[in-house]
Amino acid sequence: MSGSIGKKAVGVETIGMTMRFGAFTALDDVSIKVPAGSFHALLGENGAGKSTLVKCMMGFYHPTAGDMLVDGREVAIASPKDASALGLGMVYQHFTLVPSLTGAENLVISREKVPGVIDWRKERAALAQFMQRMPFKLPLDVKVAELAAGEKQKLEIIKQLYLGRSFLVLDEPTSVLTPGEAQEVLGLVRDMTRTGDLTVLMISHKFHEVTAFADDITVLRKGRLTGTGKVSELSHKQMAAMMIGDQPIAALDSRAPVPAGARQVLTVKSLKAPDRTGLKTIDIGELDVKSGEIVGVAGISGNGQKEFLEVLAGQRARNGGDVLVKGSPYGASRSEARTLNVRFIPEEPLRNACAPKMTVAENMAFRTFDLNEAGKPVNWIRMSAIRDYAARLVEQFKVKTASLASPISSLSGGNVQRAVLARELTGEVDLLIVSNPCFGLDFSAVAEIRARIMKARNAGAAVLLMSEDLDELLELSDRIFVMSDGALVYETPIAQASVQTIGEHMAGHH
Amino acid sequence: MDATEIGLWGVPLAILGGAIRVSTPFIFVSLGEAITERSGRINLGLEGTLVFGAMTAYAVAVMTGSPWLGLVAAAGAGLCFGLFHGWICKFRGVNDIAIGIALMLFGSGLAFFFGKAFIQPSAPDLPAIAFGGWSNIPQVQAALNVNVLFLIGAALAVFLWWAFRNTRAGLIVRVVGDSSDAARAIGLNPNTVRLLATGVGGALAGIGGAYLSLYYPGSWTERISSGQGLMAVALVIFARWNPLGCFAAALLFGGAGALGPALQSVGVTQGYYLFYAAPYILTLIIMIATSSPSRTLAGAPGELSITK
Repeated sequence: MSGSIGKKAVGVETIGMTMRFGAFTALDDVSIKVPAGSFHALLGENGAGKSTLVKCMMGFYHPTAGDMLVDGREVAIASPKDASALGLGMVYQHFTLVPSLTGAENLVISREKVPGVIDWRKERAALAQFMQRMPFKLPLDVKVAELAAGEKQKLEIIKQLYLGRSFLVLDEPTSVLTPGEAQEVLGLVRDMTRTGDLTVLMISHKFHEVTAFADDITVLRKGRLTGTGKVSELSHKQMAAMMIGDQPIAALDSRAPVPAGARQVLTVKSLKAPDRTGLKTIDIGELDVKSGEIVGVAGISGNGQKEFLEVLAGQRARNGGDVLVKGSPYGASRSEARTLNVRFIPEEPLRNACAPKMTVAENMAFRTFDLNEAGKPVNWIRMSAIRDYAARLVEQFKVKTASLASPISSLSGGNVQRAVLARELTGEVDLLIVSNPCFGLDFSAVAEIRARIMKARNAGAAVLLMSEDLDELLELSDRIFVMSDGALVYETPIAQASVQTIGEHMAGHH
Repeated sequence: MDATEIGLWGVPLAILGGAIRVSTPFIFVSLGEAITERSGRINLGLEGTLVFGAMTAYAVAVMTGSPWLGLVAAAGAGLCFGLFHGWICKFRGVNDIAIGIALMLFGSGLAFFFGKAFIQPSAPDLPAIAFGGWSNIPQVQAALNVNVLFLIGAALAVFLWWAFRNTRAGLIVRVVGDSSDAARAIGLNPNTVRLLATGVGGALAGIGGAYLSLYYPGSWTERISSGQGLMAVALVIFARWNPLGCFAAALLFGGAGALGPALQSVGVTQGYYLFYAAPYILTLIIMIATSSPSRTLAGAPGELSITK
């Protein structure tokens, strides 16, 4: 049972899959067909029902109606255990490996039958033999926590193969990988489908990956099947149309040229701070952002971007170095942020920029609630002023909320982000620091938020944008830095930026 | 028994003897807590379990005349306490630390209530092995009079260290402690594993309690534990959740605890009370020295509520 990769790929079909949660229909009569040995992509926005569908297929949910066929035979899948017995496995978006165990320990313990006392000499020999037949090489004796993201993702896939799975669901497998790693992993997986060892169903929203690797696609929107077909016969435009239907998409302002004499707003010099583990330091040699430009910082998560951002936001102590805003030292105090017009949009805004249980109106007033119209501090807070202010912003930024008095945590992700954007972009903004602003949002929200950031830039704000989404950086930035291992290792103006070179620097190959 | 016969050599010797004698409850409680914490839960109630275990062991030994039956009863009582903690903690929104504190008070209170009748009678002791027979110096003989539970504790530490790597149960505990999601993905129920791990941890703490009342100090009083159960929790963190580290740390704490009496025995008459506080000061120093505001503890189980 350990790694019987000789098992041939299986084909999987769903017929009329329907899933209701109470009155809400998450999945409505979806039939898809994934033939044995094919590489199938499942496209759709957040909330389109992609994960509901695969969870029904893998036995995590019990569909309200619908059937599953494996190799043409009807099967009943009541639990993930049943699914794995049929050779169906899933690689999750977030790693399911145990960080403090080694690769070998992770593989052995995930097996169905593990002996009470593990004979490591025997297991190691069996694993070495198994790895010889694998397309990728991996160190199995180091702790998973010490592996790079790409290696972890490969280990996740290897784990599924080791368990004898021949149909794999990959849930956005490349979201944590560099472009180079993504190419490699998907390429290897595709080669295995070509040889008939594996069938793959990949959830994705990256069109270029789908075009490069998948054979067929299925598109879901709002729980319904809205399109299917061969990748070779579809353009990106057609796929996008299937995904988002006919909702309007905010257009990006055209980029106003950066004026020649634009003043330098943010200057960071030899900034040093301990990272999350306390074992390494991040070291930002020199970074400046001028008024009217967006400077992007690319990097794989965990390379110090978060710590850098926390230092700028005043959440992390620094060991040395200078942060200057418009020439004066900046320590992220409330008064400094106010006089220097620094605004901040962290990632996961509900967690990092909101008090989730306070109302929408209160959250939107965080920057201004203690000031009167003339900008002087007040002793008594007027709730009516807070409400009026919030009502204006909600209108202006199209925040969809049941009422101004609802807790902000009741809003959808896109609307929380809109509310935070409204708070941060209102008034004079000289410096805007943004991190992963569009993570997990749907198409129209993404387009609108990017448009707002571009508008702020064109109005003269200096923008520092950190993002794990390279496409976003390429779309918005005027200059791109690459952060790797706690330092800025590469800088390029957008005109000369190449995904290839940036990816290599992200992976630290230089 | 005049300590001045061997002069200041009495101090390290007394510390060695003390380390062996005093450390045993630390060893059992900290090994138990290491198992519980490795599974991703923290049980602060072990102080109460320790006291209740001490009372149970003493009572059963008095009634049956067998210290070993007392030991088994203490382990059983500890198991019940542990399982109770584990069972409550599986409910949503229950905080393991708060429950631990409640159980600590509950265990001690219950022990005082049932233990009133056993303050007077005397129970048979757990046997010790005299390793000091080769010497004719009484201090050496006293120091090397080693209780069997100490030896069992040492063997248990080695066994756990081996078992965390080489047995299915050990790997399962580590998986659950590090990532509930990963555990569910491979078909394990984290609550069940934690329930059992907390139960085993409680049983070991009960054995630690039995040692207190049946060997050293060797009688049941309400002040039998001076916070060993709580210090053992600190000790597990200091030992980085490693069973061998727990053993070494327990010896260190035991030695520190013996410092006061040792100095007193060589005639230091002033300030030795300060040295009675050595274990507590040591706890404080270690906690400060090994913590940092800007990084998480290395080796900490990922699911532990204090390190999240």
